[in-house]
Parts: sequence; C-alpha cells; structure tokens
Amino acid sequence: MVKIIYVEHNGARHEVDVPEGENLMEGAVQNNVPGIDGDCGGNAACATCHCYIPSEWEALTGERSDQEDAMIELADTARPNSRLACQIKASSALDGLEVHMPATQH
Amino acid sequence: MATRLTDTRSTQSLPQGSVTWPLPPRVRPDLPNHDPATLAQYLQTAPLEEVDIADPLWWESDTNHVYFKRLREEAPVFFTSVNSQRHRGFWNVTRWNDVMAVDTNHQVFSSEATLGGITLFDMDQDFIMPMFIAMDPPKHDVQRKAVNPIVSGQNLASYESLIRERTQEVLDGLPRGEAFDWVDRVSIELTSRMLATLFGWPQERRRMLTYWSDISTSDPELPGNPSKEERQAILLGMLQEFTMLWNERVNSEPTNDLVSMLAHNPATRNMPPMEFMGNLVLLIVGGNDTTRNSITGGLYFLNRNPGEYAKLKANHGLVENMVSEIIRYQTPLAHMRRTALQDTVLGGQLIHKGDKVVMWYSSANRDDTVLDRPDEFIIDRPRARQHMSFGFGIHRCVGNRLAELQLKILWEEILKRFDHIEVVEEPERVPSAFVRGYKKMMVRIPA
Repeated sequence: MVKIIYVEHNGARHEVDVPEGENLMEGAVQNNVPGIDGDCGGNAACATCHCYIPSEWEALTGERSDQEDAMIELADTARPNSRLACQIKASSALDGLEVHMPATQH
Repeated sequence: MATRLTDTRSTQSLPQGSVTWPLPPRVRPDLPNHDPATLAQYLQTAPLEEVDIADPLWWESDTNHVYFKRLREEAPVFFTSVNSQRHRGFWNVTRWNDVMAVDTNHQVFSSEATLGGITLFDMDQDFIMPMFIAMDPPKHDVQRKAVNPIVSGQNLASYESLIRERTQEVLDGLPRGEAFDWVDRVSIELTSRMLATLFGWPQERRRMLTYWSDISTSDPELPGNPSKEERQAILLGMLQEFTMLWNERVNSEPTNDLVSMLAHNPATRNMPPMEFMGNLVLLIVGGNDTTRNSITGGLYFLNRNPGEYAKLKANHGLVENMVSEIIRYQTPLAHMRRTALQDTVLGGQLIHKGDKVVMWYSSANRDDTVLDRPDEFIIDRPRARQHMSFGFGIHRCVGNRLAELQLKILWEEILKRFDHIEVVEEPERVPSAFVRGYKKMMVRIPA
C-alpha cells in the first residue's frame, strides 16, 4: 500500500492507502475522496481528475503524455504542475505524496 | 505475424462533394406500416447492410437501439453503403472502447468543418459555418478557451441562485389536475431562460433562441420544415441580430456574457461573420437541445420505471447520481462524426483517408461489455458519471457542468413540490439521428 494525501482546495486533507499499481484517480474515487471525479474512467480523456503535484514530487510522478497534455491545456485552472491523477500510478517511491486539487473539476 | 486486412465495405465511400442537392430519394425497406413494433421486428433480422440508420424513421420511432445492439455484437465497426448517394457512406462505431479510441485521437480523426464537420450529414459546403467544435487544434483550443470561463465551476456557483429562483417560478406556474406539454412549459422554458442569460439576450425574446436552435438542426427534407435556402436566410437573420449586440458590446467594458467574451477575446474578436454565426449556432444548440431533452427524458424514464421513481421519492439524496444516469440514458446527441485524415485501422476494419466515421454515443452508452445492465435505468447506479453522452477528448462538452447543475436544481425543486408527475401519453420524438429528443410530452400533476 502507498500512502497518498489528497488535499482539497479548501485545505481539507484525506490520507488514503492506495494499492501499488493503482492509478491515483481510482485511489480517490474508491475511497470517496471529494474533488476527483474521473468521468472517463482513466483514459486521460476528460480532465475531471485534474490535480497539482508539489515540485519536490514532480520528478517521481513523470511527464504528461500528449493526450494528457491536450486535455490539461483546455482547463482554466491549468498550471505548469498540473497532472491528471488517472495517469499517475501508485508506487513505493510515491509514498507520502500530496496531491492538490482545484476548486472544481470541469 | 501481421494479419492482412481486407476492405469490408461493399461499396467505396463516395468522395466529398459528390452529393448534390436536392438529395435523391431514400431507399426504405418495404414494410406494411411504420409502427414501432413493425420497425423493431424488421431490425431484429434485417441484413445489416440493408439498413440506413441515418434515416429519421428509426429515430422518430425509437427503434434504432435494436439495430445498434446487433452491430455491437455482430459487426461493431460497420460501413453503411445503402443510400450512400445521400450521405456518401459512413462507418458506424458502436462499442464503448472504439468510440473512446476515435474521440481521443484527434490527430487521425478530424472535426474540420470543410471536411464535413461533426454530424453524419456534411455541413452544407456552400454555407460553411466554422465553429470551434468543428475545428482541429490549434485554432479549436484558443476559441474553446475563450468561452470556457463562463461554464467553469467558479462561475457556475454565481448562477446557482438565479437558476433555482427561475426553476421555482416555472414549477409554481404549472397547472394542477389538467394535462399540459412538459416540453413547452418546462424543458424549453428553463433552457431558453438560461440561454438568454448566457448570451445577455433580452429575456422577453428568449424563444427566438429556441427557434434558431431548432432551425439549425432541422431537416430541410421533412415536410413543414424550412428549405435549405430558407434555413440559411433565417440563420443570416440571427447573425444580423447578434451582430448588433456584438457592436454594442465590443466598444463597452467587458461583461460576463458570451457575446462580450467573444468580442473581447483576442482569439475570437476578429472572427469573420460566418465564424461568429457558426459559434453562435454551436453555443445555442449546445445549451438548448441537449439539456431540454434530458429534462424531458428524466421524467419519462421515471414514469416508465415506477420502482426508480419510488426510490427517488424515498431518498432525495439520489438526485445528483440520477442526473448522470438520465444524461446517459437519454444521450441527447446520438452521435458525433469525424473524418479520417489518413488510412487507419479501427476495430479490425480498414478505414480509408476521407472516410466518414460516426461515433454512436447512444450505442456506446448501452455497451454491456463496459456497463452493467446498460439497458436499465438505475438512478443509484454505481459510477453513473462514467457515461459517453458528453463525449471524450478535446471536444468534450464544455457546458457539461452547467447542464448537470440545471438538472439537479430542477429535480430538487420538483421533489419539494410535487408528490407525482404523471406522463399521460407516449411522447412525440424528434425525427433525427443527431438530436435525440422530444417534441411533445403530455403530463398531469394531480390536483
């Protein structure tokens, strides 16, 4: 299990154990963490699991794919450290990762 | 070892521009009558290649699902040749995963208006209306971003009390103990008011927006509808009216409405008139037809499924989940179309450059290899948000959150007021393979 801390826009923190290999959108949805919707089921096709990754974790969470990049680019709330949670898989290297969420998903 | 693919099309797709107006008569099956039962029975066993599912007949009678079930099982990516002199032939994409593959591959599957655009029938090539849904990146991206803020989460919060007040007013004005048309009194009324607000359009003339929306998607071949030329003239009249608004707003301080946003954004402020008109049509149809038909559909489905209606009455907390299920079950836009920019393979079929590829959202939403009991309307369905009705990829519905908010407020307010709303006869459906909706649905609220 990998400990992931989901942080809502209002600062509320949700500490969740996500199985290794599971993506971080599933980790949130299956544990009823508010603020991550995951409408497309994990295909980087909707951007409703949009999140921000703190800079110290960016090297470990990897780069956006082209499809992911195209979806994030269309979001009003996009930032350089934006990712889609469904495209990041839980691994032991990410134990303790904080995932920050925008005010709303669109 | 690579498998050699053969071309399964019984005829080639005709080249773009090969279809001339007026369209030649449509081939239809020789049936004793066009009752829904007769049509459904025919679709159960008809040779797949004999059916032109673009024919409004299958949509007005709501029998198309019989054919799509067979395509998903027997030929999930299938080329329609019959009546190709009318539509040039098209690929039907019917399964969830194949639709997802097309929708997320805009590099190969283009939405470009000059290639025909995003509907099964090509956009009139002598009346091209560029609009961002019918554009590819990069132009698509900058124009979409120009309107995105009005329907993003934070802005929607500012609309919530307005939507609620209007919903209350419309519901409180409904008659009791007598039959009335839900489409006109509720569905159109609420969506036209919202649309007028989004455009900063005078509320007292809101039904003009409904009229233009209906004209934009109307089939010029159907009796009673305006001809192709009349339709173009009506849309030019719309452009004229909106150009006056544009001229007022372009020289004023920016306001929070779509016309002002388009007039002030560097990506859209120099749009040619036809492109302004195209984007107006997109936003008017997008904000009108879709939500309108989900408002009607929801009430219809609850009446057809009394157990679900009872569940809702017992637990008002189900509204939000039910809204997603209504949108899935209705699928207010039955399809989106793309044009292949290169030869490619999809679902084991060889797609040629220039081919029309129709993603049937209405079919993907009933794919039982992805969804559990998809033919059933289940208001507490787990993961109801995972449906195909908004599309996926870069063209995903921009107004989806607004639509959900309107429906959620409507159902919250209905449950506060009415113990029951009864659908008293089968609704009349729109004869269209694109807009999957209702013209009329008579209902009664007990006195």
